[in-house]
Amino acid sequence: MNPKKANPMDSVNAKGKCEAAGVRPPEPARLDLAEVRERLRAKRGPEFWRSLDELAATPAFQDLLHREFPRHASEWTDGVSRRRFLQLASASLALAGLTGCTKQPVEKIIPYVRQPEQLIPGRPLYFATALTLGGYATGVLAESHQGRPTKIEGNPDHPASLGATDVFTQAAVLTLYDPERSQTILRAGRQGGTWGGFVGEAGATLRALQAINGRGLRLLTGAVTSPTLAAQIADLLRRFPEARWHRWEPAGRHQSAAAAARAFGRPLETRYDFTRARVIVTLGADVLCEGPEGVRYSRDFADGRRVRGDRQEMSRVYAVESVPSHSATVADHRLQLTPPQVEAFTLALAQRLGAAPSGGPVVSDATAVRWLEAVAQDLEQNRGASLVIAGEYASPAAQVLVHAVNQALGNVGSTVYHLEPLEADPVDHVASLRELVRDLNAGQVELLLMLDGVNPVYTAPADFGFAQALQAAQKNTVLVHHGLFDDETSEYCHWHIPAAHELESWSDARAFDGTVSLIQPLIDPLYGGKTSHEVLAALSNQPDVTSYDVVRQFWSTRLTAGGAFEAAWREALLKGLIPGTAASPTPAALAGGAVEQAAGEILAALGRVEQGQITLLFRPDPAIWDGRFASNAWLQELPKPIVKLTWDNALILSPKTAERLNVSFHETVEVSAGGRKVDAAVWILPGVAEDTALLTLGYGRKRAGKGTGQGFNAYALRTSNALWSLPAVQVRGTGGRYELACTQNHHLIRGDEVNEDALATEAAAERHVIRTGTLAELRHDRDFIQKEREKPAADDSMYPNYKYPGHAWGMAIDLNVCTGCSACVVACQSENNIPVVGKQQVLAGREMHWLRIDRYFAGDLDAPQIHHQPLPCMHCETAPCEVVCPVAATAHSDEGLNDMVYNRCVGTRYCSNNCPYKVRRFNFLRYSDKDTPVLALVNNPDVTVRMRGVMEKCTYCVQRIEQAKIESKVEHKPIAANQVQTACQQVCPTRAIVFGDINDPQWDVTRWKADPLNYGLLEEINTRPRTTYLAKLRNPNPLLEPAEGAEHGHA
Amino acid sequence: MATLDDPGFAAALQKPYRPPIVAPGHTTASVTDQISAVVLQRTPKWWFFGFAGAFSLLMVFLVSVTWLFAKGVGVWGINWPIGWGFDIINFVWWIGIGHAGTLISAILLLLRQEWRTSINRFAEAMTLFAVACAGMYPVLHLGRPWLAYWLFPYPNTMNLWPQFRSPLIWDVFAVSTYATVSALFWYVGLVPDLATLRDRSRNRVAQIIYGFGAMGWRGSAAHWHNYETAYVLLAGLATPLVLSVHTVVSFDFAIGIIPGWHATIFPPYFVAGAIYAGFAMVLTLAIPLRALFNLEDFITTRHLQNMGKVMLATGLIVVYGYMSELFFAWYSGNVYEMFMAWNRVFGPYRWHWYTLLLCNAVVPQFLWLRRVRTSPLWLFVISIFVSVGMWLERFIIIVTSLHRDFLPASWGLYHGTIWDIGTFVGTIGLFLTLFFLFIRFLPAISIFEMRTIVPGSHGGEYSEVPE
Repeated sequence: MNPKKANPMDSVNAKGKCEAAGVRPPEPARLDLAEVRERLRAKRGPEFWRSLDELAATPAFQDLLHREFPRHASEWTDGVSRRRFLQLASASLALAGLTGCTKQPVEKIIPYVRQPEQLIPGRPLYFATALTLGGYATGVLAESHQGRPTKIEGNPDHPASLGATDVFTQAAVLTLYDPERSQTILRAGRQGGTWGGFVGEAGATLRALQAINGRGLRLLTGAVTSPTLAAQIADLLRRFPEARWHRWEPAGRHQSAAAAARAFGRPLETRYDFTRARVIVTLGADVLCEGPEGVRYSRDFADGRRVRGDRQEMSRVYAVESVPSHSATVADHRLQLTPPQVEAFTLALAQRLGAAPSGGPVVSDATAVRWLEAVAQDLEQNRGASLVIAGEYASPAAQVLVHAVNQALGNVGSTVYHLEPLEADPVDHVASLRELVRDLNAGQVELLLMLDGVNPVYTAPADFGFAQALQAAQKNTVLVHHGLFDDETSEYCHWHIPAAHELESWSDARAFDGTVSLIQPLIDPLYGGKTSHEVLAALSNQPDVTSYDVVRQFWSTRLTAGGAFEAAWREALLKGLIPGTAASPTPAALAGGAVEQAAGEILAALGRVEQGQITLLFRPDPAIWDGRFASNAWLQELPKPIVKLTWDNALILSPKTAERLNVSFHETVEVSAGGRKVDAAVWILPGVAEDTALLTLGYGRKRAGKGTGQGFNAYALRTSNALWSLPAVQVRGTGGRYELACTQNHHLIRGDEVNEDALATEAAAERHVIRTGTLAELRHDRDFIQKEREKPAADDSMYPNYKYPGHAWGMAIDLNVCTGCSACVVACQSENNIPVVGKQQVLAGREMHWLRIDRYFAGDLDAPQIHHQPLPCMHCETAPCEVVCPVAATAHSDEGLNDMVYNRCVGTRYCSNNCPYKVRRFNFLRYSDKDTPVLALVNNPDVTVRMRGVMEKCTYCVQRIEQAKIESKVEHKPIAANQVQTACQQVCPTRAIVFGDINDPQWDVTRWKADPLNYGLLEEINTRPRTTYLAKLRNPNPLLEPAEGAEHGHA
Repeated sequence: MATLDDPGFAAALQKPYRPPIVAPGHTTASVTDQISAVVLQRTPKWWFFGFAGAFSLLMVFLVSVTWLFAKGVGVWGINWPIGWGFDIINFVWWIGIGHAGTLISAILLLLRQEWRTSINRFAEAMTLFAVACAGMYPVLHLGRPWLAYWLFPYPNTMNLWPQFRSPLIWDVFAVSTYATVSALFWYVGLVPDLATLRDRSRNRVAQIIYGFGAMGWRGSAAHWHNYETAYVLLAGLATPLVLSVHTVVSFDFAIGIIPGWHATIFPPYFVAGAIYAGFAMVLTLAIPLRALFNLEDFITTRHLQNMGKVMLATGLIVVYGYMSELFFAWYSGNVYEMFMAWNRVFGPYRWHWYTLLLCNAVVPQFLWLRRVRTSPLWLFVISIFVSVGMWLERFIIIVTSLHRDFLPASWGLYHGTIWDIGTFVGTIGLFLTLFFLFIRFLPAISIFEMRTIVPGSHGGEYSEVPE
């Protein structure tokens, strides 16, 4: 199942596949006008007319009439595109052998008479492509079954992936098939618009604009790194010199760019190299699981933290923050401060390290002062090997100071480096959007083209009044929206053009380090979507040019390294990236005066802070980002890391602040600031600083498919001068109740609510669920983790143990590097056809995730440590579920798996009751959507789709094991070490999960399990789990630890 | 059955005075007249009201089950981690109720407790109907109920057998055996009375139907001889079942590893609880029944008092069970057990636990008072308390054990839905419907056995008139 081994096919085959499926209409006979004229010249009178009639009756002429633009043009109307989809869907289904349970379409379908090269029915193919988030690419390998992509894996060769991905990438296939995607061109909000109609109307406007150099032509996009798209836009701007290109990326790096502009004079992008960092300090930043480089950072970070019995070294990480971040959950020390205090701490640290002019004590809190000294000493002792990170959410001033700190510590060039902006034509997005709103209001916009799903009506800063501007402009401006969804913005537009998903598109994009990837389609557009390239080409009078042509043409002159273009193109598609395109670090000198100005700014801001004021923080949602994934049910139902809410965001408060405001779980509040207000429901989360509230972006949407009406709209409070942090908000209880669906500690009984976290924390500590220790303890006693708890001997039973002469599968999970990012959860869902149950069922406690990530607090709940524990099935050696099943539907396999036989299950649920880990999931109702044909396409054909009344659970991806066994049988050679990877293991950015044959010492898992840190969860009850954990270690600073009470915590 | 030569009987004669089992003044004829009249007379008005009420509850059952089968068990409140809820609570509750009948009939028969005679018939009927209600839940609670037959060892092409290590399979055998033996025992006991009704009935159809049921009973000595042998044999068969069924049911929990389930005290504790609940239900039914059919002469205060005593005794065993659970949780030093005990007493379901103690431990203590034991009204109220308490006991065992088990991250909460309640109320409807039909069409008290204990008959403990 190693994707490297699978045969990636290049573009030619991807296209060929679709053609072979019979979805492409026959090429019409060419209509030679010269020949027609010649023929007609010879005719006279009635004969002439008859000939004309004959001519009109020819298919070629009919076709010419039918299509304003010869190729594909009429396919974009609703009826035909649905037919195209059905043809495709049914052909795929037919080939996947699934027709037995679906209705046959009325249209003729065409089987693979000539089978495309490399395509073996039943075997997936992997294509290297890329998926973007906020414009930046992550290289992926898309698994395709007979022409339908079903699963995304990371591309091991791609620098932003190294084989892993984040949650968004994992969920991309569901967005691709999402039946809520817009499926037809809308003209004034109504169906029936045609591509031809659009090109005609836009073309007419453009021709009118040509005369005035394109004044009034406006383009709005998100962040663009695609070289091809950038070139197309540049070309357009050349043709229309007075046209403007505006940018708005709601969760983009606005403050970072502003800080870089202040510090270095230009908006350089800052990148980190965690492999060289021995001491890491994060100041309110969450670099591990956010943004396009998070996956890579996680990996590098984890490599510095991996401790084994024989590698007893790890970096030291300090996290100073207001809301719990992923990095803090794996940090050695966490200091919880309010947002202004974090800024103050940043300034104080800069002062202490001599990077900023000293100016009085800015930090007075005793703990913070002690911290300051300890952190500063540690940083000074590790000059050049330390790393201070402020991240996007810190104010530009604080970021400037951190640039100065890293410079002062000699980290620049070692752990920190800068890149010239990767975005094409970098601009200040906020200013750019402000300019657009101004011009819209001033009536200076003739044609506004909003490309690639940009949704400013929903995402624009609240003070811009974008919706009003758009409404006002409706009369005089042609408004065009191009996106995957018919959303809040398209509602105001004259035209809505469905966009093609990235898995349906040809394009390109750059990764966080500048590496260019080509994006190739896995499938023809299901809903007749157009790529940005095609829309722009159409505006350049090339309506029938495909994005393939555009991208290929762009690269044809540039991609010639090492000989012929064709070879280089093929190579780039095969590898998923264009080698040698990574940007090289650029030297950056601090601008004079920037630091002083920043320090002054922070001091001034601190002077304005009043005690007890609540600061509202905005963050991209960990599950649906800025709202673009709102319709993706996998992401909506993904328990958000740490807070564990699904389907909604909430106003997240600390226990003390909630108590002060006299509000509790599920209660509604009104959050107001500057005359704007938003209603939200409260969730209390230990680990949030006092006087701090958190509201993630992306919710409260009005037109977002499945995400419509869920949660609360943070954008309504987010203004252009408070993108991430809004000081002095009022929070007032309104006495209502809004049920929030949380998957851990449901908090539904009133009065017991706050205690439940405390109770669970205490119980978890008593039960040694998470075993933790320090590096010093490990060095002192290698086996200290083993001694923590009694472990029954394996031969205690009167029954003989199972014998495993062949394989014996097992798994180990390294808690030390698990950041809780949850990519494994979505990967598992995608791989194993796990259904989505919806908010009501989550509220009822019936979520279906086979792999869940348990979160535990430890220590003081006002400033807790947070631990993550991914929990798949334990595949116990003495499984309590197996003995109690009355029909033997769950049984022990001869390779140690705890198999679940869906066909045999009658659904007594006894196994789940008797499972001490509660990893079994029951189909209480019919959760698998078998009515929406398109959703059948997303399923992995190697895994059964379960019916109602059946128990299911983690199988260790048994289909992958079997695949490997079959391969080994066919090839007559044993399964090579580490050749089988489970879906969760494959996707893990930090490589925290390892799976394999524990009979074979060659496999990594065997080594992990032999490690002194390895322990079994609840092993004292003699279940003898096959999934084991490596204890979580900390590397505390001796200066901080004794004073903090040497907490040898167990959660 | 007993004769004067019987040494046991002679010993019984030496016993001090006890209130009579049958009120004075009855002869064999008057007993036969009065009991058979209940069946043969015109249907009293109250019966129609009662039956209509019971039948409408049965319709609730029909609706609930239809919805359940259409949608799946998700219509109930069960969830993850609480995989069993009202379904198994009700199963155990009904099975428990179904214990008193056979206990009264079989064990008290073998122990020669003749006062059982006037209550055994309807107690057995109650048993059957309760087992019928209980027996439905294991099927209803399945995710795929249409495959319930897979729990039986039947020959099939795949050579698949049930998994015999599972207590659910033991349940299948225990409950089906119990249902079969109880039905046989009840029917065999009914044969002579069916003959009486056949003979006394004026209605041709009734004569045929009763005659069919009487299987040609003519009351000959050979008949009586065979009958007595069969009845005692069946009593012997049924006796161990009384103990085994609820023991096996308790294994459903005791075999599990969940704290709160995994306890060796469960079998005796469950059996005592079952008898406790069963006698409570017998009282709940007998007290209105004797008033409505004027059967105070046959179901006397002494019967009520004896049942009260049994309730008190078994109730104390049950309370001992509760206390020992808490004690062993503490004594084990096991964090899971200790937390489970703490959670019962102080957790979110603490009010269920306190109510349980009130119903099962506090209220029955009034039975120590003779005044209470002899008052039908008091007994009725206490029996209702006990029924509620025993339902809560199963709720506590199932729900509070499951909702917070080993890993704090998998804790949850449980609430029954309207469909849970509908199904429960529905089975009560089924039970009452069957019971109303029973008291209308069959003699609720064993006529021929009553005849043996009235003064002047050939047998009976108190054939002589007390001084």
